[in-house]
Amino acid sequence: MKPTAFEYVRAGSLDEVLTVLEERGDEAKVLAGGQSLIPTMNMRFAAPEVLIDISGVTELRGIEVRDDVLRIGAMCRHVEVLNAPEVAEHAPLIAMAMPNIAHAAIRNRGTFGGSLCHADPAAELPACVLALDARLNIDGKSGPRSISARDFFLGTYMTCLADDEVLISVDVPKVMSENVTFFDEVARRRGDYAMAGLASQATVRSGFITDVRLAFFAVGEVAVRAPHAEQALQGILLQDMDADAICSAIADDISPFDDLTTSGAAKLTMMQVLTRRAVESFAKQGAHA
Amino acid sequence: MNEHLKPSVLDRPNSYVGKTVPRPNARRLVQGCGTYVDDICLPRMVHLAFHRSAFAHAKVVSIDTDEARAVPGVVGVFTMNDIRDVITPWTGVLDHLKGIKSAEQWPLANGKVFWQGEPVAAVAAVSRAVAEDAAEQIFVEYEELTPVTDMETALAPDTPVIHPELGDNLCFHRVIDSGDVDAAFADAAAVVEDTFHFNRHTGVPMEPRSIICDYSRAEGELTLYMSVQCPHMSKNLFAKHLGLDENKVRVICRDVGGSFGIKIHTYSDEMAAGAIAVILGRPVKFIADRLESFVTDVHARDHVVKARAAFNSGGELLAIDMDDVTGIGPYSVYPRTSGIELNQVVNLTGGPYKHASYRADGKVVFQNKNVMCQYRGVGHPIAVAVGEHLMDLGARKLGLDPVDVRHNSFIPDDAYPYTSPSGAIYERQSHRQCLDKLVGIMDYAGLRDAQAQMRDRNIYRGIGFASLIEVTNPSPAFYGVGGARIASQDGCTIRLDPTGGITATTGVTEQGQGTETIIAQIAATAVGVPLDQVRVLTGDTEIVPYGGGTWASRGAGIGGEAALQAGKALKENIIALAAAILQAKPDRLDVRDGSIVDIATGQERMPLSELGGIAYFRGDTLPKDVQPELVATRHYTQRQFPFVFTNAAHACHVEVDVETGIVNLLNYWVVEDCGRVINPKLVAEQTRGGVVQGLGPALYEECLYSSEGQLLNGSLADYLVPMAAEMPDIVVDHIETPTGTSELGAKGVGEAGTAGAPAAVMNAINDALDPFGVTLTHMPFTPDKILKGLGRA
Ligand SMILES: Cc1cc2nc3c(=O)[nH]c(=O)nc-3n(C[C@H](O)[C@H](O)[C@H](O)COP(=O)(O)OP(=O)(O)OC[C@H]3O[C@@H](n4cnc5c(N)ncnc54)[C@H](O)[C@@H]3O)c2cc1C
Repeated sequence: MKPTAFEYVRAGSLDEVLTVLEERGDEAKVLAGGQSLIPTMNMRFAAPEVLIDISGVTELRGIEVRDDVLRIGAMCRHVEVLNAPEVAEHAPLIAMAMPNIAHAAIRNRGTFGGSLCHADPAAELPACVLALDARLNIDGKSGPRSISARDFFLGTYMTCLADDEVLISVDVPKVMSENVTFFDEVARRRGDYAMAGLASQATVRSGFITDVRLAFFAVGEVAVRAPHAEQALQGILLQDMDADAICSAIADDISPFDDLTTSGAAKLTMMQVLTRRAVESFAKQGAHA
Repeated sequence: MNEHLKPSVLDRPNSYVGKTVPRPNARRLVQGCGTYVDDICLPRMVHLAFHRSAFAHAKVVSIDTDEARAVPGVVGVFTMNDIRDVITPWTGVLDHLKGIKSAEQWPLANGKVFWQGEPVAAVAAVSRAVAEDAAEQIFVEYEELTPVTDMETALAPDTPVIHPELGDNLCFHRVIDSGDVDAAFADAAAVVEDTFHFNRHTGVPMEPRSIICDYSRAEGELTLYMSVQCPHMSKNLFAKHLGLDENKVRVICRDVGGSFGIKIHTYSDEMAAGAIAVILGRPVKFIADRLESFVTDVHARDHVVKARAAFNSGGELLAIDMDDVTGIGPYSVYPRTSGIELNQVVNLTGGPYKHASYRADGKVVFQNKNVMCQYRGVGHPIAVAVGEHLMDLGARKLGLDPVDVRHNSFIPDDAYPYTSPSGAIYERQSHRQCLDKLVGIMDYAGLRDAQAQMRDRNIYRGIGFASLIEVTNPSPAFYGVGGARIASQDGCTIRLDPTGGITATTGVTEQGQGTETIIAQIAATAVGVPLDQVRVLTGDTEIVPYGGGTWASRGAGIGGEAALQAGKALKENIIALAAAILQAKPDRLDVRDGSIVDIATGQERMPLSELGGIAYFRGDTLPKDVQPELVATRHYTQRQFPFVFTNAAHACHVEVDVETGIVNLLNYWVVEDCGRVINPKLVAEQTRGGVVQGLGPALYEECLYSSEGQLLNGSLADYLVPMAAEMPDIVVDHIETPTGTSELGAKGVGEAGTAGAPAAVMNAINDALDPFGVTLTHMPFTPDKILKGLGRA
């Protein structure tokens, strides 16, 4: 379990990152926290010729409160996001998700952007940015662009990032007072990738629920929204919610894969349990709002 | 129990026995200053990596090593043909396991491969990374053969025979038929039965298997730096198969980062390292990485058991009848064999109980998966889970409390020594006392009340019990009589140094369990010196007395007794010398806390440092006929019984989330009886660690294989070990029934936790699910299986 030999570049600026990426193309890999990339290299599933360490690139760091959005730098470590009061205030869904990501040692190194770019189907953060309809800011040879989370993830370990592009930051719309949020997952051990998880947010106005986003993870190739179930909730008066109907709609949205130890059928049951718990939580939060 | 406690040599003014003292080696280890094999770097050392079989069963048609040899930094590439002249194969059989058979096993593939991960060729290079680069450049042409993976069909007539020279896939068959089983079942008030699946799992020590083989051509000497439990056994095996003079093989084992039985076996890659060292005349290092560990460290406990039990209307166990089949991979592991685990299962099932009728039929079969062999608890977790689940089923069927059924069925206190229907002899057990104490400390009645109330709120909690026996302090009947050169005796040498401190060397070994601590406690007590004046050395075959090392929970009971006797002998010598110097009668003197004292008043007569100084440097001042002997060695072999059994009662309290299938471990309690407790904290730590290692496979751990014999989860991301966050608080209490087989009275404690936990948690889960009429006996109890059991997936 030793990686093949590779070159190491410690980038001092975003320009340098982009230049090396342009020169080396798919021979190069960006190294953020290394918590996914290095194990992959040690197992020799990946053998990049050059690693570009982006941990010293200031353009990728920091959490910034802007007018409508919270901007989270790609190079923010999980632990920074976990402890940031701005995240707790403006993106409570992400704050709720953070403690479920791995263990302290991994959170000290792993990064927000790394988790999104790695696109593990069982990761928490892709589902969060999907549920929050966040936008991802990207830069590369052909210039900067911004893309919706809905379009960023293509499949297991696949995103729309080109070989010469880097993720710079993520803009998360700030939570509003009428928003309700729910995050939970079923994992065999604390810190494990989940067997099934749900990141969700909705809006409650005058007792009616709208703008429902249910983003599931660990149940398919990539984090997925559940349009039928969302539709079943849309526009409903909180006290009239029919949890059974919503849960059964999930089955129309997603047929989860079996993983090594959990069947798709069990995952579906867990998704329905999570949905029921979300709906109950929405009702409680909405009643207090 | 107190009537069995003789006044003991250990009841001394400065006794450390029975006290919690800190481990002398803990500071070094927690500061990261230990010396593990991988920390050792020798001049001219090369590193090994292996090309391992990608197939579970195949013919090796050709091996192309040209490109690997050309990689810069490669020192040599070796196939079986390249090392054949310096090493002989081995076969894992023992004479006393009647009928056991296995095939010759070679260090590298000898024409065929029999499991995925089997070493086929080795690369020696200037670094492990270079060796891995080159190993990728070894090209092997395989011709796939049908893999035999399902142990339940391994003996079917249409299943291919893995080793044609053996005739079939049966390694070992054991039958016990005792009492009148048929009559007992015919007369029973209640008959219960179930089928159990136990999951293949492995030890996962933090430090993987590690070895450096350093061969000196000039001297014909081989020095092995190894992470191992049994240095003398390894010395013998390397000498034997490399054709070296055993006197010229030295094993040095410094710190060991966990072992759990993994590091007591012969491994192909380690033997290949020895052969390559002999050929190259250079030190050769091999450190298994985690993936290699998963595909080559012995696995354990792949069993399917069908069992039934008969009870009378009073809830007394009358009979057990069981069939066990276990798949052990393609070889019986050398030299301990892979027949022992099954042997233990059939010997120990129902062990605490008085039933007179018992039938067991156990089959050990070959298959194309990694080998299985002895791992912490050897067979016990299976025996206990089967027996204790049957007890619960009996209780449920008769409408009795599981505690009462156990009480009604225990061997009566006045029946000891007792011979079980399987032929095991128990010196004395304290099942009743342990269970009573357990029920008290856990507040059983309170838990049952709370359970009933919670069920009304759809919260499902369960309580599970397990009473158990454990094999410890083995006699030569375990391996020696079968022809294996594995010592059941052990020795200890204690030397008084001129400083007044003592140095103890012992044949038992330290893997993190605290052996060095208890040897120090016993030696300090027996000689009469302060604990910080004791140095304990283990693990170097050129320094320590010949001994068996660590296995079958023998360190404290066997090694401890040798230390006690050596300490007593040294003390006698010290007093004889002191009497000559002080011109006093020996029986007026004692050694306490580092000084010669008057036995009656305790008044100091002379510090040991002064006595040491005279003995070593001023012999001229001694009377002519006095020659100080300040080193004493004693050995100990337990031969009164084949084994000295311990016992314990466990209880586990769980909450099952019936919506998600998650099991939350709420509490765990153990009352154990390991005889004399030398260090309560170490006993508790061994028990807690053992319980966790038993909960792991019941809930998480499993080596998952495809039907083609491919291991699917060879990493710690997919093979889940128990972790702190999920583990319950584990309360440990003791009953002390010292064994009369030794003066120390200590039995073992290293494995009992592992033995009981799978049973207790299984019974707790089934108790929690009782309202749903669901009974689960297929480990591990994953959320998936629980939801399926509940009809929710
Ligand atoms: C034991 C363990 C348990 C874990 N458990 C969880 C868990 O429960 N949930 C979870 O979500 N994660 C978990 N992780 C993964 C962890 O969150 C990783 O930190 C994360 O997936 C990757 O982040 P990283 O910064 O380490 O990225 P790296 O490993 O450095 O990189 C990952 C990939 O993303 C690319 N990349 C990184 N940053 C950028 C960027 N700015 N622009 C373009 N490409 C980039 C890299 O080139 C690489 O391909 C676990 C990891 C471990 C080791």
